[in-house]
Amino acid sequence: MGGGLSNGKSIGDVVLDLQDISLAFGGVRALQGVTFDVREHEIRAIIGPNGAGKSSMLNVINGVYHPQQGTVSYLGAKRHDVNTHEAAVQGIARTFQNIALFKGMSVLDNIMTGRNLRMKSGLLAQAFRLPSAEREELQHREAVEQVIDFLEIQAYRKTPVGRLPYGLQKRVDLARALAMEPKLLLLDEPMAGMNVEEKQDMCRFILDVNDQFGTTIVLIEHDMGVVMDISDRVIVLDYGRKIGDGTPEQVRGNQAVIDAYLGVSH
Amino acid sequence: MLYRENGQFKTSYRADQQMLPILQDRMFMGLLLAFVFVGAPFVFSDYFFLSILIPFLILSLAALGLNLLVGYCGQISIGHAAFMSVGAYAAYNLVLRVPQLNFLVVLVLAGLIAALVGLLFGIPSLRIRGLYLAVATLAAQFFMDWTFARVKWFTNYASSGSVSTATIDLFGFPINSPVRKYLFLAAVVTVFAVLAKNLVRSHLGRAWMAMRDMDVAAEVIGIRPVYAKLTAFGVSSFYVGVAGALWGFVHLGSWEPLAFNITLSLNLLFMIIIGGMGSILGSFFGAFFIVALPILLNRAPDWLGIDMSTAMVSHLESMIFGALIIFFLIVEPQGLARLWAIGKEKLRLWPFPH
Amino acid sequence: MKRNRNLIILFAALLAGLIAPLVTGASGAGFYTEVLLGGLMAGVLYSLVALGFVLIFKASGVFNFAQGAMVLFAALSVARMAEKMPLWAAMLLAVVIMVALAFVIERLVLRPLVNQDPVVLLMATLGVTYFVDGFGQTVWGSDIYEIDLGIAKEPVMILGQLFEGGILINKDDVAATAAAALLVILLALFFQKTKTGRALRAVADDHLAAQSIGIPLNRIWVIVWSLAGIVALVAGVVWGAKLGVQFSISQVALKALPVVILGGFTSIPGAIIGGLIIGVGEKMAEVFLGPVMVKAFDLAGGGIENWFAYVLALLFLLVLPEGLFGEKHIDRV
Repeated sequence: MGGGLSNGKSIGDVVLDLQDISLAFGGVRALQGVTFDVREHEIRAIIGPNGAGKSSMLNVINGVYHPQQGTVSYLGAKRHDVNTHEAAVQGIARTFQNIALFKGMSVLDNIMTGRNLRMKSGLLAQAFRLPSAEREELQHREAVEQVIDFLEIQAYRKTPVGRLPYGLQKRVDLARALAMEPKLLLLDEPMAGMNVEEKQDMCRFILDVNDQFGTTIVLIEHDMGVVMDISDRVIVLDYGRKIGDGTPEQVRGNQAVIDAYLGVSH
Repeated sequence: MLYRENGQFKTSYRADQQMLPILQDRMFMGLLLAFVFVGAPFVFSDYFFLSILIPFLILSLAALGLNLLVGYCGQISIGHAAFMSVGAYAAYNLVLRVPQLNFLVVLVLAGLIAALVGLLFGIPSLRIRGLYLAVATLAAQFFMDWTFARVKWFTNYASSGSVSTATIDLFGFPINSPVRKYLFLAAVVTVFAVLAKNLVRSHLGRAWMAMRDMDVAAEVIGIRPVYAKLTAFGVSSFYVGVAGALWGFVHLGSWEPLAFNITLSLNLLFMIIIGGMGSILGSFFGAFFIVALPILLNRAPDWLGIDMSTAMVSHLESMIFGALIIFFLIVEPQGLARLWAIGKEKLRLWPFPH
Repeated sequence: MKRNRNLIILFAALLAGLIAPLVTGASGAGFYTEVLLGGLMAGVLYSLVALGFVLIFKASGVFNFAQGAMVLFAALSVARMAEKMPLWAAMLLAVVIMVALAFVIERLVLRPLVNQDPVVLLMATLGVTYFVDGFGQTVWGSDIYEIDLGIAKEPVMILGQLFEGGILINKDDVAATAAAALLVILLALFFQKTKTGRALRAVADDHLAAQSIGIPLNRIWVIVWSLAGIVALVAGVVWGAKLGVQFSISQVALKALPVVILGGFTSIPGAIIGGLIIGVGEKMAEVFLGPVMVKAFDLAGGGIENWFAYVLALLFLLVLPEGLFGEKHIDRV
């Protein structure tokens, strides 16, 4: 495996640029003046101790939270307080730290929801199952089947997601996000709670997504080995502030980062 | 051994996405429909049609409508009889004021009017959810109760406030006997059940279920909550409005203010809890249960040779309903429909235990 | 803040509605005060029912649709038992019955449904409503019964010097208000000063944390449902003495739901203020707005108090989704 750049892929221009982002809930400051960018085609990791503001960062990127201060530019255009739906329309997909699958639905239906944004047939066309609606359904089913093949979950198509083991649920979560064919994929601790084997599978999928579809990926992960292995650049947050930014090697040698992780008396 | 899908290979996604992908299910449905439309009229008595099958069919439709909202989209309503009353009074006024309209057109229009009112009361669901929404739907219940009791125009200035309907005439064919009423209802309900099934297996249905299961995640993958919730309210009220019109015209014939009160709303809710939330089949099970149980209870004292007043029977009925609701919520939250599915699962393996 | 602005607008609107009959000359001051007091009295009853509701919601997260059924059940018990024994004994026995009911509900409904979705719990309390309604009427009968508190019902005239003709006010209404006020004070003391009260507040804040420091959740639930049962008993007795004990109590008590929407699900002061707003609001609407509407829309009679509370709550929700005293909810992903 090794560093991302060694695959010979070409990192492009900045697709996402966050400037001086601050976010607070009442008196709690989740993020304070954080600035960083994400380049096309790269795998960008966000690391930091618990409560460092990592998930808040993702929530700002896909419009769940609106920062009180700072600007977000996406694909070259400044964004102003987009909501999550608009972010989805702009091609931002994500997975969740505590799996947020639709537990009453089958694996197939869960992944099909990732196509909802692209499905246009009207209420009556669906109710009467007009040929146009049927065709649309089949066409998207085929796209979903490709994702299912890609993530090797063919055997569980019709299984209710609630019955799947944890590791597979994480995979379905990823499948649902992939079905959106996103430009930017946000992964919130995709490997949390997995065993070594499952982690290896997930790493492979993430690298493959990045490689085959050219998807730009921002991920939060606690497993340092994984982060150092698969990411191109890493940003380190601590108490809502950025304390490090750079390639895995640079970050590894950064004194502030080492302090934050090992703990040091200030 | 009879019920198994081994060997039924799907060679296209189209075949895999049929309404009933398993051959035996299709055969069963075919036989059921044949019995409903051909056999039943010869088998059952007028009493059975009037006191069981007719209310059962109409309430199935209403329960189905409520299930789309509560079971599929996860938006609670404890005031859905209000939209039944909108449908009933809309149909009454359409027939009264535009007599040349075909009754099928009246039904659809009554449904649409109910859908509009449903949308209006669904708007709060965009800002509030869960328990707050429950109270908001109570507002619909009491406001519509009052409207139809007090605004004279809706009841055509009838001094008693009650209204009565004429026999439905369908293309010169009067729907006047119990069998005809039953067949008419069976046809209407079958069509609406198919439409509902189509909706819930399309992207709109998936959007509803996504909102129900995890609304934040649904929004993040691009489902618009406004659209999902309002369509659920609209479609649900449409169904319930049509059911209300049928309840008034086919079952009741004439009705008084408060015929569509909160008790009916709660009964609809009980139907989907007992029958199965998020199941079209369950709506039918639940409606049958709620229609049949009181009749059974009323007969039971006679059979057992116990002397019991009707008041006592109705109190007992209330207790049994209450206990059953709690029982189902605890033991089988997915209701009778889930028991049906378990039965099918068992049948698939039979005669082997695993 | 937007919330504060909305609050101000709401109160301005409410106040405008409140003084409109006086300003427009639709009512004399004496009659107006009578209506106002009548509304406050009704409001006290709503507050009482809402109070039981808030207690339960705070401690067990259950939206107790059955609070009205509990009021009816308690009132029926007292009314029927008082036929055979002194009122105080009947009330004491009724307290025992309400505590027993709390035990049964905790054991058979709450414990099996712990950690379920709030909407499922709401539906379960619908089941409880039906069961308790049916059970109460099976055991106690379904006619109209009286509760005689021994307070004369004839109205007395007060403030004769201030208004021409004075204001008519019922003694039993005053007694009811006093009883309600006493109950609220006792509850507040219980919550602030006793160990059990503090445990209850801890549970309300965080179930898991409370459990982890050794507060027995099941016992707390029994206590809270018992308390709610006793509050229901007081409401039922006051109400029954005023209007007679009959089935309709169970439905009128549903108006506690819009009350808690106004006040916020978890706020005791909210329940009280919400109850008063609803009580006064619907009485004013019925008396002053009703005739105007009847004339304008050619209605067959008023009766807008049947829905006024709900529609008011609905409008409130649109402007202030968390209620007057509710807490803002932040989504976590």
